[in-house]
Amino acid sequence: MTNLFNYIQRSSPIHRLTGAAKFACLLLWSLAAMTTFDTRILLPMPIVACILFFLSRIRFREVKVLFWFTFVFMVLNNALIYVFAPEHGVELYGARHVIWSGIGRFTLTQEQLFYHLNVILKYLATIPMVILFISTTQPSEFASSLNRIGVSYKIAYSVSLALRYIPDIQREYRDISTAQQARGLEMADKKQSLVKRLKNAAAMLFPLIISSMDRIELIANAMELRGFGKGKKRTWYSARPFQTADYVCVALCAGLLLLSVGMSVLRHSRYFNPFS
Amino acid sequence: MKRPVIEFRDFGFRYAAQAEATLSHIDLTIREGEKVLICGPSGCGKSTLVHCINGLIPGSYEGEITGELTINGQPYQELDVFRLSKTVGTVLQDSDGQFVGLSVGEDIAFALENDRMPLERMYVRVRETAARVGMESFLDHAPHELSGGQKQRVSLAGVMVDDVKILLFDEPLANLDPAAGKSAIELIDEIHRETGDTVVIVEHRLEDVLHRDVDRIVLMAEGRIVADMTPDELLSSSLLKENGIREPLYVTALKYAGVFITPEMRPGRIERLQLTEEDKAQVRAWYQSVPAAVPAAPGEAFLKAEKINFSYSNGKQALYDIDFSIQKGEMMSIVGKNGAGKSTFSKIICGFERPQSGRITLAGRDLSGDSIKERADHIGYVMQNPNQMISKTMIAEEVGLGLALSGKHTPEEISDCVNNTLKICGLYPFRNWPISALSFGQKKRVTVASILAMNPEIVILDEPTAGQDFRHYTDIMEFLSALNEKGITIILITHDMHLMLEYCRRAVVFSEGRRIADDTCEAILTNDAIVQRASLKKTSLSQLAQLCGIPQETEFVRRFIRWDREVRGK
Amino acid sequence: MKKSPVVTIVAIGIGAALFFVLGRFVAIPSPVPNTNISTQYGLLAFMAGLFGPVAGLLIALIGHALIDFSYGWGIWWSWVIASGAAGFIMGLAARKLALGGGEFGGKQIVRFNVYQIVAHLVAWVGIAPVLDILIYQEPSDKVFLQGLMAGAANIVTTAVIGTLLCLAYSKTRPKSGSLKKED
Ligand SMILES: Nc1ncnc2c1ncn2[C@@H]1O[C@H](COP(=O)(O)OP(=O)(O)OP(=O)(O)O)[C@@H](O)[C@H]1O
Ligand SMILES: Nc1ncnc2c1ncn2[C@@H]1O[C@H](COP(=O)(O)OP(=O)(O)OP(=O)(O)O)[C@@H](O)[C@H]1O
Ligand SMILES: [Mg+2]
Ligand SMILES: [Mg+2]
Repeated sequence: MTNLFNYIQRSSPIHRLTGAAKFACLLLWSLAAMTTFDTRILLPMPIVACILFFLSRIRFREVKVLFWFTFVFMVLNNALIYVFAPEHGVELYGARHVIWSGIGRFTLTQEQLFYHLNVILKYLATIPMVILFISTTQPSEFASSLNRIGVSYKIAYSVSLALRYIPDIQREYRDISTAQQARGLEMADKKQSLVKRLKNAAAMLFPLIISSMDRIELIANAMELRGFGKGKKRTWYSARPFQTADYVCVALCAGLLLLSVGMSVLRHSRYFNPFS
Repeated sequence: MKRPVIEFRDFGFRYAAQAEATLSHIDLTIREGEKVLICGPSGCGKSTLVHCINGLIPGSYEGEITGELTINGQPYQELDVFRLSKTVGTVLQDSDGQFVGLSVGEDIAFALENDRMPLERMYVRVRETAARVGMESFLDHAPHELSGGQKQRVSLAGVMVDDVKILLFDEPLANLDPAAGKSAIELIDEIHRETGDTVVIVEHRLEDVLHRDVDRIVLMAEGRIVADMTPDELLSSSLLKENGIREPLYVTALKYAGVFITPEMRPGRIERLQLTEEDKAQVRAWYQSVPAAVPAAPGEAFLKAEKINFSYSNGKQALYDIDFSIQKGEMMSIVGKNGAGKSTFSKIICGFERPQSGRITLAGRDLSGDSIKERADHIGYVMQNPNQMISKTMIAEEVGLGLALSGKHTPEEISDCVNNTLKICGLYPFRNWPISALSFGQKKRVTVASILAMNPEIVILDEPTAGQDFRHYTDIMEFLSALNEKGITIILITHDMHLMLEYCRRAVVFSEGRRIADDTCEAILTNDAIVQRASLKKTSLSQLAQLCGIPQETEFVRRFIRWDREVRGK
Repeated sequence: MKKSPVVTIVAIGIGAALFFVLGRFVAIPSPVPNTNISTQYGLLAFMAGLFGPVAGLLIALIGHALIDFSYGWGIWWSWVIASGAAGFIMGLAARKLALGGGEFGGKQIVRFNVYQIVAHLVAWVGIAPVLDILIYQEPSDKVFLQGLMAGAANIVTTAVIGTLLCLAYSKTRPKSGSLKKED
């Protein structure tokens, strides 16, 4: 398939892990990062992530686009948070150490900075792992992985179908729009009024969607004819058996999640609060 | 006598959406290990019949069934798609939907996965099957990295992989180049011999299927069975002609020559055709009687392409230094292997894709500045895959779209023009139907109509006759040559060698993205090196000429065509 | 079209693929400078209305997750889940809409839009902000305002695109016994 998800063929310990294991790890890891706000847990995670990244032999420039997307997203989100609640940190940590009294409500407090630090850490903890996952896992392994970690194979197969038909649908969209222009449809551009642009977009989208509905019938037939959906289970040509390494990784990530949840529960708080 | 595996008894079916039954009074028995060919006009119900055998009817198409159908002695009421899938394997007509895996290997394995076959055995089986269809080196290719012919082989492997007892092929040859078609038929024949499976083939290209033996031919028309006999018997009769199916060319030629064909002459396959000396003399006499054909005179150059180089975004170079020119009012064809670059070249002419280098001129004017739309005012392009062109939901809307968008016409003008075009393409009775209810060949005709309605100066048709029966083939082609008489320039992309010979003086041959020949059609087909390289194929007329001791094959072909056009003109 | 379970599965797959392509590549510029109309929710409402709640839920979940993946920012769980919920609620309309039957008049249009409005409100003004607060401890007025804006925009686009899609589609479904050759 066209390399949408940026899979990069290498031979590395990370690549060698089975997709299922990597997917499970990703889920556990990101859940851990989500549930906690404890800086002592959040701080090491990005570091570990970077080490793994190094192990995967993926070069930064190969994925910097992705990093760029997320970086922008992160900055924007933090900016928004500050604009809306410059003293959010103060509420959370129940203390107020002013660094700079600022302009109007826009003050600068240690608590706010510390809060932003934690939010950013949450990003830095997960982003590299996601990018790592998508660039070291064969898309065709996604589906069987889902099934392996307990998702019903039918749903797992819809994911596989989605991946299979995304490139087709993209090409079809191009074809339809060219075919339409060849029949005299103006191409959308800034000069036209919004209504006209919407009209044109619709003229391209509707055929795409409606024809896909017919295609659904066709594919479903082809699959039933080859016995899809008759059994409770199915095997996967693209699946690979678990190795020790896989078990170890999953175990470690599970441990991490336990740690992060456990800490919150025991200390009756998700935060590590240096101010009280 | 072998036991029957498929038995229709006074069977009928009506799609829920249809007012009339699509199949009626079907009586058909197919026995174990038989190889049966089903042919009939487009829209006569062949695919529907196939769906009844593999359980999609009543499984997933709603409708009303009458009469009885038993498969392996079990009535259809007791069967469902799953149970049948163990014994019946189907290669669908519309190959877009057939390929569900993310890679060739996965797709071939699909049926096995659903049977929960353990991986080790699966790998072995997939390799074997892939090897059998010659795709073992493509196991991790994605669908869109394959040519039409290769896709066909994969879907074949996909059904062969779990050993079914009945194989159904719905137009396996559509879009295959002559050589690929030939090897597909040979492959099916091999499988049939080795496994002794029951094989049912639906195909318009009768002559190509008969390249290997079939036990029986079932001829359908308007949802009924009109003939069910051996090839030899059928070809001796006039039934094919009456029902608008093209006879093998050599048979037609013999009939023109006044040779009376009997089953004893074994007309089913030219290789073993028995001709007496009188017959041969008769053919020679006929050949002498037909006046020599006069080659058409050339006009001035019109559309010109120079040194076109193009590669797709995935870096794959599809065209190398293509030079091409066509004269005003000429009708020529582009032929060549699957994946040679024919469709790509047309897309470049129409501006769908931009070449990395080279220029295209129309009547001396450089087109590189023109948008798709501007080019479309002069050049109309009927794409190979109808699904890529159809953008409206109702037939009349689709055909009228171009005129409506141009905004130059009144609704009345539009509807008149649409109706005329629909009549030409044999779609008038369906004008108020949604396109989703059409058969594949009917869809293809809709796209032809939608371009013809815009009457451009140059028309490029990509496989205009794929999946069409002879009657519609004739209607469309005769209309095109009528347009051509009026001075419209026409480019035909085709895998049908006789189509090329019949309607074009000149042909350009593509192979692996290069233009390897530009010459008269006869010269090309007599140049064995080119025929080899571009996987083209001589028509059976040449063989007949040899058989009857007529040295001038090409002249024989020319005269046949001339005569044939006159006869059909009447 | 009969709804065998396989059809639903394929619908989910194709739906998710369409959701992805529309959300990721098909940008229709909106009147508000450099913001794009997210057409995928029109599609979602339509397909959920055709194939039911489960399909709606999964189309949105998978499609949205794939979009996030392809951008590389983890999975922004709160919004993925919200999308899923929206799809599910929209799907509840399916049984009464009976889009496959070829009838789509005023009554259905109203019902369709009631469901989609409720769905969007629940998703973007209910679920998404709450989850954002729970998971990311974001300030409440920020997330609620974000939710409101997103919700409003989606309701409008869904109302336009979704409704038109249903109309166009129901036109392609011939009423039973209606097709006969005329001449
Ligand atoms: N899903 C459907 N709903 C309603 N009518 C249909 C449907 N599919 C096919 N038909 C109608 O049934 C008739 C036979 O269709 P079918 O596909 O069997 O023709 P065919 O012989 O296979 O034609 P072709 O050679 O072009 O494939 C056509 O007139 C078509 O309009
Ligand atoms: N959209 C695309 N992206 C990448 N490669 C493509 C694309 N379309 C076609 N190709 C490749 O370009 C080559 C030429 O394709 P093209 O469709 O022009 O062949 P063709 O001569 O029309 O074959 P056929 O007779 O089967 O239609 C093939 O190898 C094909 O795999
Ligand atoms: Mg058919
Ligand atoms: Mg082609």
